[in-house]
Amino acid sequence: MPIIEIVFYLFSTVLVLSALSVITVGNPIHAVLFLILSFFSAACIWILLQAEFLAITLVLVYVGAVMVLFLFVVMMLDVNVTSVKEGFARYLPAGVLVALAMAVQLFLVIWTRGMETVPLPAAEEEGYSHTSMIGELLYTEYLYAFEIAAVLLLVAIIAAISLTHRRRPETKYQDPSRQVRVKRDERLRVIKMKSEGEDA
Amino acid sequence: MMDQLLTLLWTMAKILMIILPVTIGVAYYTYFERKVLGYMHARRGPNRIGPLGLLQPFADVFKMLFKELIVPTNASKFLFLLAPLLSLGPALAAWAVVPFDDWLVLADIDAGLLMILALTSMGVYGILLGGWASNSKYALLGGLRAAAQTVSYEIAMGFALVGVIVLAGTLNLTAIVEAQSGNIFTWYWLPLLPLFVIYFVSGVAETNRAPFDVAEGESEIVAGFHVEYSGAGFAVFFLAEYANMILISALASLLFMGGWLSPFAGIPVLGDTILGEGGVHWFLLKTVVFCFLFLWFRATFPRYRYDQIMRLGWKVFIPITIVWIMVAGVFRVMGWFGG
Amino acid sequence: MQSITRYLRSLMLLELFRGMAVTWRFGVAPKATLNYPEEKTPKSPRYRGLHALRRYPNGEERCIACKLCEAVCPALAITIESHNREDNTRRTTRYDIDLFKCIYCGFCEESCPVDSIVLTDIGEYHMENKSEKVVDKQQLLAIGDRFEESIAANRAQDARYR
Repeated sequence: MPIIEIVFYLFSTVLVLSALSVITVGNPIHAVLFLILSFFSAACIWILLQAEFLAITLVLVYVGAVMVLFLFVVMMLDVNVTSVKEGFARYLPAGVLVALAMAVQLFLVIWTRGMETVPLPAAEEEGYSHTSMIGELLYTEYLYAFEIAAVLLLVAIIAAISLTHRRRPETKYQDPSRQVRVKRDERLRVIKMKSEGEDA
Repeated sequence: MMDQLLTLLWTMAKILMIILPVTIGVAYYTYFERKVLGYMHARRGPNRIGPLGLLQPFADVFKMLFKELIVPTNASKFLFLLAPLLSLGPALAAWAVVPFDDWLVLADIDAGLLMILALTSMGVYGILLGGWASNSKYALLGGLRAAAQTVSYEIAMGFALVGVIVLAGTLNLTAIVEAQSGNIFTWYWLPLLPLFVIYFVSGVAETNRAPFDVAEGESEIVAGFHVEYSGAGFAVFFLAEYANMILISALASLLFMGGWLSPFAGIPVLGDTILGEGGVHWFLLKTVVFCFLFLWFRATFPRYRYDQIMRLGWKVFIPITIVWIMVAGVFRVMGWFGG
Repeated sequence: MQSITRYLRSLMLLELFRGMAVTWRFGVAPKATLNYPEEKTPKSPRYRGLHALRRYPNGEERCIACKLCEAVCPALAITIESHNREDNTRRTTRYDIDLFKCIYCGFCEESCPVDSIVLTDIGEYHMENKSEKVVDKQQLLAIGDRFEESIAANRAQDARYR
């Protein structure tokens, strides 16, 4: 068996197992960590497919930034596992329904496409750059979709900020630029006066 | 099968050839730090062990290794032991794409710069997990601070690098250095001066070094995320931090200071002599200068307050970088630098 | 207008560079630290270190067991017992100094009428057992014999001010 297949099976096993663990482990921190692990192994599989730009972006964006914030929030929250598990029986039917629907969809996709094996993409000739190919596609063929997505994100950022931002007039804060600007003459006054014992 | 195994072994050997010098570099960086800080405090620094104290790092390493590794009660033992390795792994892995010379690079990949950004952004997990797994409130606070700070400064750092990418038109580190070829005035520090400063300051913040070392903040939270670590675990955290500092310095010299290019190349009189030739020595020299800057900062500036760190990152650095990316775009379109 | 110049000035990070210039200046300045075991700070002849009992040049011990030092010692570090020798002079049978109690104030030396108990300029000594903290008469005399030359020299240098 060539090494590339060993590596593939290694990472896909890790991926599947860690994805399973995300929904089975009790501790929310451990769940987040398993999610990170599954992102990471997915990125490794993408590298095997020579999609190194996508893989690195996945690690950079999801593992490097999004999941850090996730972990940050989960660490601050005090998640009570028993109260989360309380409604298990009540929500079971709905959950099963959703799961079934997704399973059927997956099955349909695989069934219509068939299970044929796709060969690894052939090695590209010298000087071929995956990164610039993606760039060219994004900024020519899919320009509108790309720009619309960017505008959507911008709107989402502004909306999120305006929804959560609240002015709190009662809080006290310093303005560093004003602090830096202060000169001695504004704060300190040297005055001449007689010492108290002098007149007597 | 056989030749695949050989490739694997050869790759291992190449990895070792990078990791060993980096580790020794870290050891001597700690010595250098103690010396520089000592001199700036009007002291002499370590000078007892070996000539000029040059064997001090090894004494420190052996001391660390022989100390007991204490796992706190109720700590999450697996994560507690994993955390130092998680912070060390990315710090060393990022060196794979760093070119030392135009032929001396382990993996000359297209998206090298992104790769380094991705790996350095993963280093924070070690700190965050170390803080959480210690089951100590100081450690948890340190970890949280480190996480918030790293995520904030990564944005400014990423934007600062976008300026470089715009001018160079590539993500490949070797190509970025080659795009700067010329003399000292064609390197990117000049057209991208604000981005250069912001990149380096963000780098200091990313590695949690003074004056941005609130994650350790010994005056408030004892030692921050590594308060519960002793012996080898602490040593590994230490190794990771210094490896990251050297990495940031190396990147600063690659991206803004022309890497292995000679500053005198192309200048009439000096450029014709041996000084005009590029080489690994120039790269190392520039890296050492940036490493020295880290220490100089630490000797000079008092620690930032936490909210002011956030203000600096979000309200000062990010706006300036966005403006200067536009300026870099103008440079590119007008064809003034590179391109 | 003023705010713009202030803003530009703050962008130039002048204060930071000034701070770094200060540390640089200290970094290249000569260092005051001494490499201790090889280099030592000069010592005054009045330095008050380890105790010693002196003898007259003819070998007779100076101490006459007047117990003034025992009385003046603020830390009660000195213990003296005395008897009359065959030649009917009073001498100590016991002269113990507890080095842990002693505060090296030098009162014993000042009170001594015969310049017997002195504080030498030896600052570097140690003991490995707790019991060694009490030095007895024989040890004190031995110290005095060994360092008589420097003790006498230091006393001679300081004699003008006594």
